[in-house]
Amino acid sequence: MNFSLARIYAILVKEFLQMRRDRLTLGMILGVPLMQLFLFGFAINFNPKALPTAVSVDDPGTFARSVVAALRNSSYFDVRIETNSPQKARQMLQQGQVLFVVEIPVNFTRDIVRGARPDLLVEADATDPAASGFALSAINGLVANALRDDLNGPLTVRAQGPPPFNTVTHLLYNPESNTQYSIIPGLLAVILTMTMVLMTCLALTRERERGTYENLLAMPATPVEIMIGKIAPNIAIGAVQSTIILLMARYVFAVPMIGSLALLALALTIYIIANLAVGYTFSTLAENQLQAMQMTMFFLLPAILLSGFAFPFAGMPLWAQDIGEVLPATHFLRIVRGILLKDSGAPEIWSDLWPLLLFTLAAGSLALARFRRTLD
Amino acid sequence: MTQARTRSAELAIDVKGLTKIFGRKVAVDHIDIAVPQGEVWGFLGPNGSGKTTTIRMLCGLLNVDDGHGTCLGLDIRSQSEAIKRQVGYMTQRFSFWEDLSIRENLEFVARLYQLADRKTKVDRTLDRLGLVKRQKQLAGELSGGWKQRMALAACMLHDPRLLLLDEPTAGVDPKARRDFWEQIHALSEEGLTVLVSTHYMDEAERCDRIAYILNGKLVTQGTVPEVIAQSGLVTFVLEGAQVRHLLGDLENKPGVDYVGFFGAALHVSGQDRAALEQTIAPYRHRQGIRVAETPPNLEDVFIHLQEEAK
Repeated sequence: MNFSLARIYAILVKEFLQMRRDRLTLGMILGVPLMQLFLFGFAINFNPKALPTAVSVDDPGTFARSVVAALRNSSYFDVRIETNSPQKARQMLQQGQVLFVVEIPVNFTRDIVRGARPDLLVEADATDPAASGFALSAINGLVANALRDDLNGPLTVRAQGPPPFNTVTHLLYNPESNTQYSIIPGLLAVILTMTMVLMTCLALTRERERGTYENLLAMPATPVEIMIGKIAPNIAIGAVQSTIILLMARYVFAVPMIGSLALLALALTIYIIANLAVGYTFSTLAENQLQAMQMTMFFLLPAILLSGFAFPFAGMPLWAQDIGEVLPATHFLRIVRGILLKDSGAPEIWSDLWPLLLFTLAAGSLALARFRRTLD
Repeated sequence: MTQARTRSAELAIDVKGLTKIFGRKVAVDHIDIAVPQGEVWGFLGPNGSGKTTTIRMLCGLLNVDDGHGTCLGLDIRSQSEAIKRQVGYMTQRFSFWEDLSIRENLEFVARLYQLADRKTKVDRTLDRLGLVKRQKQLAGELSGGWKQRMALAACMLHDPRLLLLDEPTAGVDPKARRDFWEQIHALSEEGLTVLVSTHYMDEAERCDRIAYILNGKLVTQGTVPEVIAQSGLVTFVLEGAQVRHLLGDLENKPGVDYVGFFGAALHVSGQDRAALEQTIAPYRHRQGIRVAETPPNLEDVFIHLQEEAK
């Protein structure tokens, strides 16, 4: 055995030549870290602020106004709606439009004046405990501070000692703030998106690399037939995978499943097809298997980071939320947490179901438009 | 009108001005081909001359940039889907699924063409091509000759009226090539039209007619004797122990268009008989060299055409 620097150099030169020819690969090698830097750097916030909140006010008094003003001014809460109907506010919580409901009860102002320490009811959607934790710990001080300025004259005495009201916090849907309850359903979304996109991203690319694509085109199969034929078997694989994850969730992680499993199965099917359509679209775009894999990575990264799985969705800046809204994982994450933990029914999940359907349709159409019926 | 219809009915392939442009390169340049039904046509030409591109346009795998015509009486521009159903196309590179067995490949093809009584069709085709014993073998494990036989079986399955074979025998041993051509002739006897591209002269000579394409242009066509006669070529063959050194001497001499070895013999060809005779004359009496005139063969003609084009 001998060792030659010249031979190493020969291989090195060849590798560089090949690297330079494959522009797309090179672009992705530089692009992916940049994207990660942006996502981690700007989009992710471990201390989420501006969380959507509904305030239900049943008291016309000044103290109630001060509480609402304090919430509006705080960086943690973004008061989306002020209503006098607690039912309406709770419905918004159920549909996932808000993360908090702050309920100011009737006679709130009068009871403070009387020193009766009225209840300030705070209901939080705890399906993602990470999203609500910081805001909840801030609310007590926030309201107490706001009221302190109002407690003047004969009421100065109320400003001393404990706050003149009593914060009652209800963690809904996940009262123990069990992180697993939110992570495991989220994993269902993430694992499915990973495997489903990977399964189909090679569908046509492999045929093209092996030379069988020409043969397929020479025979009487239409693009729609090829797409459906290639996607369909993977739906079964996705179904098996979902079943395994759900069984594990139930019996190993004891995740509550209070909603309709039939509805979940329907949403799962749509979600699986949406991801398969994405993978198939990649396979019509990629020229080789490596490119297909890179496109898949490009898709999976935001699906994990911007869907609300890894970090609270509401805590991300708006542009990141906009990207997230496009991804199927974001919507499915809400659906699966909604059905399992919040007993959401069809009306509640519809706002996340139609984007999934639309996405599937768009991805499928793009794939068909990109499908070349000839070798041109 | 009626005349045009009967004409195209008799011709399996009838295209005029067929053109394909890739970027700035004209791959196929206004080619006219008219192949009568039931004939076996050889499609010849150097690598990159446009044979594969032409075949792909004929079966609808490439869009036609210019020209028009019919394949089996169907318009090649607008009816390519219908053409695909009646044409058997064998790709240059083996293009069946290597992780499927022979039988599974054939069954898949039969299903795509929606053939009735699929099982009997597959059985019959396997039997016809002697693939029964190997039907469970994976296509990827087959040697070149068997792969090519399987590919032929697959493109025969739907009883096509026209076979387009793109260098079907490249890299196949002589025995397998012979067997393959026996199949081709048997099929042609049943009325099938065959267009086959090849680099082998013996195969070209087994065709009813040949068409020679060079740099995208159809240079000559006809039966083998016709093509040879059209070339107007005169060929002398020099044999003997000493001829090996003569290649350089004869190149670029007056009257000599082309010098080249065929086996151990040196072929000297040119279109100007008088000048060629004069150049050859000194060698006639040399020790150890025999000189004789020979009818030019196809290879002489083709190489001559290729040299001429330079």
